[in-house]
Amino acid sequence: MTGLTGAYVPGTSPLHRLPAGAKLGGLAAACTVLVLLGSPAALAGAAAAVAGLYALARVGVAAAWAQVRPVRWFAVALFALQWFTVGVEGAAVTTLRVVLAVALAGLVTITTRTSDMLATLERCLAPARFVGLDPFRVSLLLSLTIRSVPVLTGLAARVREAQRARGVERSLRAFAVPLVVGALRHADALGEALSARGLDD
Amino acid sequence: MIEFADVHVRLGSRDVLRGITACLPERRVGVVGANGSGKSTLARLINGLALPTSGSVTVLGLDTRRHAAKIRRGVGFLFTDPDAQIVMPTVAEDVAFSLRRKRLPREEVERRVAEVLARYGLAGHADHPAHHLSGGQKQLLALCSVMVLEPDVLVMDEPTTLLDLRHSRQVADLLREMPQQVVVVSHDLPLLAGFDRVLVLDEGRVVADGTPDEAIAHYRKIMS
Ligand SMILES: Nc1ncnc2c1ncn2[C@@H]1O[C@H](COP(=O)(O)OP(=O)(O)O)[C@@H](O)[C@H]1O
Ligand SMILES: [Mg+2]
Repeated sequence: MTGLTGAYVPGTSPLHRLPAGAKLGGLAAACTVLVLLGSPAALAGAAAAVAGLYALARVGVAAAWAQVRPVRWFAVALFALQWFTVGVEGAAVTTLRVVLAVALAGLVTITTRTSDMLATLERCLAPARFVGLDPFRVSLLLSLTIRSVPVLTGLAARVREAQRARGVERSLRAFAVPLVVGALRHADALGEALSARGLDD
Repeated sequence: MIEFADVHVRLGSRDVLRGITACLPERRVGVVGANGSGKSTLARLINGLALPTSGSVTVLGLDTRRHAAKIRRGVGFLFTDPDAQIVMPTVAEDVAFSLRRKRLPREEVERRVAEVLARYGLAGHADHPAHHLSGGQKQLLALCSVMVLEPDVLVMDEPTTLLDLRHSRQVADLLREMPQQVVVVSHDLPLLAGFDRVLVLDEGRVVADGTPDEAIAHYRKIMS
C-alpha cells in the first residue's frame, strides 16, 4: 500500500476515535512545538512521545515505517549536510524535527478515513461559500483525484502491456495517446456515473 | 412502470433510436441487441441521462425531460465498468457517499452501509481500498452504492460483461431477490432467463418483444 489511497489502517484506538479536526489541530500544534524545541535531549523526548502515540494507535511497526520510509534518504542527506555546516548536534536536531513531523502527519493519515478528513476540510472551507467556492465540490474533487490515482495507474499498466504485446518497447507517442484517450473516457464515464448518483442537482 | 412514447434520439448526425413505443410494467425486463443498436441509449433514457429528441419517456409517473433530478433519486443505474462508478477511496466510504444528501445521523449511515455490504458479501472489505477489490467485487460495490438508496427501479447496462462466471452468477442470483423493477441490458443470455419480458433492438428499433425464449430466438436469428 502506497501513498494516500491505502494509508488508512482501520482500528478502534483512542486516536482513531478522535475527530479529524482535533487531530489536524493537534498536528499543527505539535509541529510548532517541534520547531521550538532546541536541544537533542528535548527532541529525544519528543521522539519517545511520538513512538508512544504510535503505540497508542496500535497500527503496527510496518505501518509506522511506511510513513517515514519515503523520507529516509532525504533524512540521511539532510543529516550529512547539517553535520558539515552546524555540527553533529544541530544535524541531529534538524533531522529529528523533520522526521518526527513526517511521522506525526503520517499518524494522522493512518488513523483518519479520507472521508472524515474531507468532511473536516469541507467545514473549514464553509466560509469560502461567500466568495463563491462550494466546499462540497472542492472535497469531491479531492476524493475523485485520490480515487483516480489507482485507476489511471492501472490504465497505464494496461496500455504498456498492450504495446509490449505488439512488440513496441519504447515509444512515448504509442504510450501517451491511448493513455490520454483512456483517461478522457474515464473522466466522461465518471461524470455520467456522478449524475446517475444524483450529484448534479 | 416505464413508458416510451414514440421516442426518437438523434446524436450528432446519427439516428440512434427511431421510434420506440413500449409500456413496461413487468418486474424483470431484458434488452438485447447488436453492438451499436441503441441499447445503452435506451437504458440511459430511463433515468434521464439521455433525453429523447422527440417523443417522451415516463418513469414513476414523471416525464424524464422535466423531472430528471427527481427521477434519478428513484432510479438506480449500474454501469458496465465499476471503476468509473466508484468515487471514494475505500469501500464503506463509497457506499456512505450515496447517502450524503439524505443528511442522516452518522450511526444511521454506518448501520445502512454495514447492512448493504453484508447483503452483497462485502462485509469483510468495508475499510479496504476500492482498488484492492477484484473486478467482480468492484461491481458488487457499485451495486451496494446504488442499492443503499433503495431505488424503485434499477437499470443495469451490461452489468456482467467484465465479470467472471462466478460473479456473473452471483449478480444473476442477487437480481432474482431484488424487490425492485429491474431493466437489464445484456449479452449474457443466461442472465435473462426467467425474465418477464425481453426486447430485441436492431438499428434503433424494437424488432422483437416477448418472453425470453421468443426474443432470444429472434436475436440469434438476426445475429446469424
Ligand atoms: N454522443 C454520441 N454522439 C454520436 N453518436 C453516438 C453517441 N453516443 C452513441 N452514439 C452512437 O449511437 C449508436 C448506439 O449507441 P449505444 O446506445 O451505446 O448502443 P449499444 O449500447 O447497443 O452498443 C452507436 O452507433 C454509437 O456510436
Ligand atoms: Mg452499450
